[in-house]
Amino acid sequence: MADNYRPPRTPSVDQVGVEERAAKYEARSIKTDSKVEGLKLIISMLDLTTLEGNDTPGKVRMLCRKARNPLEEREDCPSVGAVCVYPSLVPVAIEEVGDTDINVASVATYFPSGQAPLDEKLEDVEDAVEAGADEVDIVINRGAFLSGRYSEVYEEIKAARETAGDAHLKVILETGELETYDNVRLASQIAIDAGADFIKTSTGKIKPAATMPVTLVMLETIRDHYLKTGDKVGMKAAGGIRKSKKSLRYLAMLKEVLGDEWLTPELFRFGASSLLNNILLQIEKERTGRYHSERYLSIS
Amino acid sequence: MSDDSETVTTPPDTSPDEEASAETEASTSTDDSGSPDEPTASPPETTGDSPASESGSSNGSPAPEGRLSIYKTYKLYIDGQFPRTESGRYLQPEDSEGDFVANICRASRKDFRDAVVAARETLDGWSGRSAFNRGQILYRMAEMLEGRRHGFEKQLMDFANYSEAEAREEVGTAIDRLVWYAGWADKFEQVFGSINPVSSPHFNFTTPEPTGVVAVFTPRNAPLLGLVSAIAPLIVSGNAVIAVVDNEAPMLAMEFAEVLNNSDLPGGVINILTGLRSELAGHVGGHRDVDGVIAYGASDEEEELLGVEGAENVKRTKFADDPDDWTSDDCQSPYRIMPFVEFKTNWHPVGV
Repeated sequence: MADNYRPPRTPSVDQVGVEERAAKYEARSIKTDSKVEGLKLIISMLDLTTLEGNDTPGKVRMLCRKARNPLEEREDCPSVGAVCVYPSLVPVAIEEVGDTDINVASVATYFPSGQAPLDEKLEDVEDAVEAGADEVDIVINRGAFLSGRYSEVYEEIKAARETAGDAHLKVILETGELETYDNVRLASQIAIDAGADFIKTSTGKIKPAATMPVTLVMLETIRDHYLKTGDKVGMKAAGGIRKSKKSLRYLAMLKEVLGDEWLTPELFRFGASSLLNNILLQIEKERTGRYHSERYLSIS
Repeated sequence: MSDDSETVTTPPDTSPDEEASAETEASTSTDDSGSPDEPTASPPETTGDSPASESGSSNGSPAPEGRLSIYKTYKLYIDGQFPRTESGRYLQPEDSEGDFVANICRASRKDFRDAVVAARETLDGWSGRSAFNRGQILYRMAEMLEGRRHGFEKQLMDFANYSEAEAREEVGTAIDRLVWYAGWADKFEQVFGSINPVSSPHFNFTTPEPTGVVAVFTPRNAPLLGLVSAIAPLIVSGNAVIAVVDNEAPMLAMEFAEVLNNSDLPGGVINILTGLRSELAGHVGGHRDVDGVIAYGASDEEEELLGVEGAENVKRTKFADDPDDWTSDDCQSPYRIMPFVEFKTNWHPVGV
């Protein structure tokens, strides 16, 4: 299958430049009304996630209730974009989110390592879709990518794309294992070419997870692809974003690289769990004028 | 703290310093970018001849022959670090002669917020340590203070107009008081806990647990001993503390922070902010992640503000007078541990 595949030619990334530019966003400060609006947008872009070995149906139900109504008794607080769970817990999540707008996302292809034969990985995707997942988050084959077997990476994503059917496909590059920005750029392009609806930074299982420079490189790949083809690909920054301040900086970066059209849950997501409560603390602080306490919020 | 609640609040007997303290507030700058009105160090041209050293009596660091004066820039103590205030503002306390001493930080509500985050973070770890270990660390604080006692004595004389004998007594008592509370770490639970007779098959017992994150407006007098006397009974039971220092010589509190930093005390257990009480009281009272507040020598307005704002999350709120003489044995008592503990009663089934 590899013979006729030629990896895409991607521009090389200026490491110093991208890091400098990303660092500029760290100085951004968004206050008062804009802050509250931004934070509400971020909540609606959130993939509230639990991906632990000790996940139980009860824990997933709790997460889903939080997803529907992050701030109890506050109608003006939006629900999150999606909940993200392991395939075996998809039915529980679907039952719990019911007919709300919240999507159910499932990880697949032997998340987080992706180290399994292709047919088993595809079966994993199939199971998730059959269980009713609206979105499937797959991991790329980093072993193949780092050995230069790009065609294998491409073909696997493509096969998953076909298996996933109508479900939204998010492709996790696991940038923390890709070593260089050039690799991130290339992997992004391969994933986009293979039909990814979203490209996603990380599994959240290794460090570093999402960083601003890496996200910037991926956003630029999306931008260049859009300018060339007119296709809009989504972006998901996952892992390591815990503070509301940080998430607002991502939002500023998104707006400046891709513009207002991408400021929607359809095209940008945050994968996080502890971020939500940190945002709620800020929203309550702005509303009441008093610093809030996490003890008044449900755990997420 | 019932033992001192009848004490009438009287101004400390160092009335000149009261005035100095008032002037401190007047000279407060809210300018973010402005440079201090007076130089923090003498300009290079006037080698070794700072304005303060000319006055002879007192300054942070007398310049030896041929050297520049080294003035210390005091910062805040938050989470085991010494950050500057995020607000960029400063205060300029003066010595008893009205001369420049140092620039100190004027903490803002955001500095307080950061301190609360640090205190909350460290609380479980600190209160989860064995009582014996907390005692060891308090003792270590005493050891570290002992090692720097002459520096503290000198600063009390320079900054707060203490006589040599008074300074020696204050520092000595502060050290002894830390040792004294260190001893209570593994004893107060036995003294104040109880086994309760109940008419059911239960083993029923009550034990004190720390209240949590406690903010303390430290005494207006006795810059070192007042601080130590206010903080030691709070941390010995496992609370995490944010001290707001607004008195005649707040520099002493920041010097003490350096002692804490060398005492195996986990970062965040004691946070020290220098600033204006009047500015911070409302934010301290209203912060929902603070479990308790104690204010020494609070004015009626401050008491009302802390009471009303504190009611928001039903904070444990307590007011105490500043005794004239902090060296008195009346100022140390296991009952000073009690206001910021919560009693938990366990019903343990037996004989079933």
